[in-house]
Amino acid sequence: MKAALTSELRKWTSTRLWWVLLLVMAAYMAFLAVVMAFSVTIEPGDAGAGATILHGTDAALTVYTLGNALGYVFPLLAGAIAMTSEFRYQTITPALLADPRRSVFLGAKLLSATVIGLAFGLVGTLSSVAAGAPILSWRGDGAYLGSSDVLVPVALSVVALAIWAFVGVGVGTLITNQVAAIVVVLAFTQFVEPIVRLGLSAVDALEGVAKFLPGAASEALVGASTYASLGMSDLLGRVPGALVFLAYGLVLALIGRFTTLRRDIT
Amino acid sequence: MISVDHLTKTFGTVRAVDDLSFTVRPGVVTGFLGPNGAGKTTTLRMLLGLVAPTSGSATIDGRAYADIAQPGRVVGAALEAASFHPGRTALDHLRVFAPQVGVTDQRCREILDMVGLSEAAKRRVGGFSLGMRQRLALATTLLGDPQVLVLDEPANGLDPGGIRWLRELLRYFAGQGRTVLVSSHVLSEVQQTVDDVVIIAGGRLVHASPLADLAAMATRHVEVASPDESALRAALDGRGWAYAPSRDGVRGFEVEGVTAAEVGAAAFAAGVELHALTQQVVELEDVFLSLTGQAAGGAVETTEVAA
Ligand SMILES: Nc1ncnc2c1ncn2[C@@H]1O[C@H](COP(=O)(O)OP(=O)(O)OP(=O)(O)O)[C@@H](O)[C@H]1O
Ligand SMILES: [Mg+2]
Repeated sequence: MKAALTSELRKWTSTRLWWVLLLVMAAYMAFLAVVMAFSVTIEPGDAGAGATILHGTDAALTVYTLGNALGYVFPLLAGAIAMTSEFRYQTITPALLADPRRSVFLGAKLLSATVIGLAFGLVGTLSSVAAGAPILSWRGDGAYLGSSDVLVPVALSVVALAIWAFVGVGVGTLITNQVAAIVVVLAFTQFVEPIVRLGLSAVDALEGVAKFLPGAASEALVGASTYASLGMSDLLGRVPGALVFLAYGLVLALIGRFTTLRRDIT
Repeated sequence: MISVDHLTKTFGTVRAVDDLSFTVRPGVVTGFLGPNGAGKTTTLRMLLGLVAPTSGSATIDGRAYADIAQPGRVVGAALEAASFHPGRTALDHLRVFAPQVGVTDQRCREILDMVGLSEAAKRRVGGFSLGMRQRLALATTLLGDPQVLVLDEPANGLDPGGIRWLRELLRYFAGQGRTVLVSSHVLSEVQQTVDDVVIIAGGRLVHASPLADLAAMATRHVEVASPDESALRAALDGRGWAYAPSRDGVRGFEVEGVTAAEVGAAAFAAGVELHALTQQVVELEDVFLSLTGQAAGGAVETTEVAA
């Protein structure tokens, strides 16, 4: 397993695509943090109707965990691409020749993606903190960088982003066609989940279902939610949320293990 | 030793490999031959644990590939079609597999040097030519210094110099007592390299023997026809030659193991009028083509001598 893991990590470090994703994520998170930090600290007087003022740690959390709330598509894509590349370039053939144990292959892929996911978590979270904190302390109630109420969710946001990469490998294992996997990831994260979350929370009977969606579960793990802080949805508790979130990755990977990864490699 | 035992694989309705059995002995180079779609790649993928057989088995030194602990150290295998990430450099491609094979970066560099790619070590594979990819694929197989080499169409895309280099490499490996199995769809490509041949067509075994035995099947015969059939028979009998009625419907005979000149001389001496006298040469490649059912109308080379 150690050899397989080293091999997987070398696969990451010897390709460039994820670096691009990482850089784009850093820039995008910084940009969103600036926009969000201004919008949550704007005085009611100078904003029109609908502006939401957040105070204290709520404001800080909303800005600092933007990576998980809106940037999770990056590690998710990186994980999905890591697996689907093997099929796209047929590198799965030499990979399975080097070690024919397909569960080891999948396990090493999941673990290595989580390690790389941590890099996404660190970069994404740090850039939203770095861009948002000065604005919060200048215009709002402060940056709250010393408060554990803020730092724990911020640290968990790093973890959550790492798990998104893990989930991405699960997606790629199930949908081995790279283009299809990317389309599904983009469609799900950018349209389906946001719309379904808002839609479900509008219907009383289904409100409970929305918190089991992967994005909601990841926010439950972090303990901060842009949707929730804007009063738009309920979350699970931290531990149940984390379990539901992890289950997404595990279940996808397991289904993939016994379908696509059991098939002939031709 | 490689042993393929009653191996069968069906893809839906396609029977890609059909009850195939053969063995590959160490110390020689074995050519695994067959036309496109014969089932070579499918057989090798089953041998390497990538494709699950419908029935039968394929083993290396008595073990299934999946049961070999560190297979990269025992078997070096390269399958057709480039399996490279185009964004990775040649050296990084080898470094990716080095941990599982259990070799160092230094070994990766040595192997690149050995296959003539040291100049291209830091270049991305996406920009490689077909021949360079073949060399890199070969480098991957050699990483663990394996006792068994399984190569699918390794000569594809190599220039003549590359083919000669490959031939020498394979002969060198076999000379060290290793087992070498190379597939090809053209006999002439490997004719000078292999000692044994295993020929398949339509997923079935059609011939397995040392190359020399196959070469012995390459014969020459003469087609001869005369309006006076009995006089021609008498002339041929007079020389004690073996002959049979011509297969292509002409009123005449096929005479084995002689030249057209000899038959012509015999007929002339006996005063027999000839209407056809043709030297038929069957080359090794033609034997291969007829064994694999590819022999079309013009496959047998015909030399007109007289008419
Ligand atoms: N994954 C697959 N699904 C369906 N049919 C397949 C698959 N793989 C191979 N086949 C079929 O199996 C047969 C044997 O194919 P195979 O690739 O083994 O031939 P080959 O001898 O390697 O040919 P070539 O010289 O062209 O490489 C072909 O008819 C092919 O179409
Ligand atoms: Mg083939």
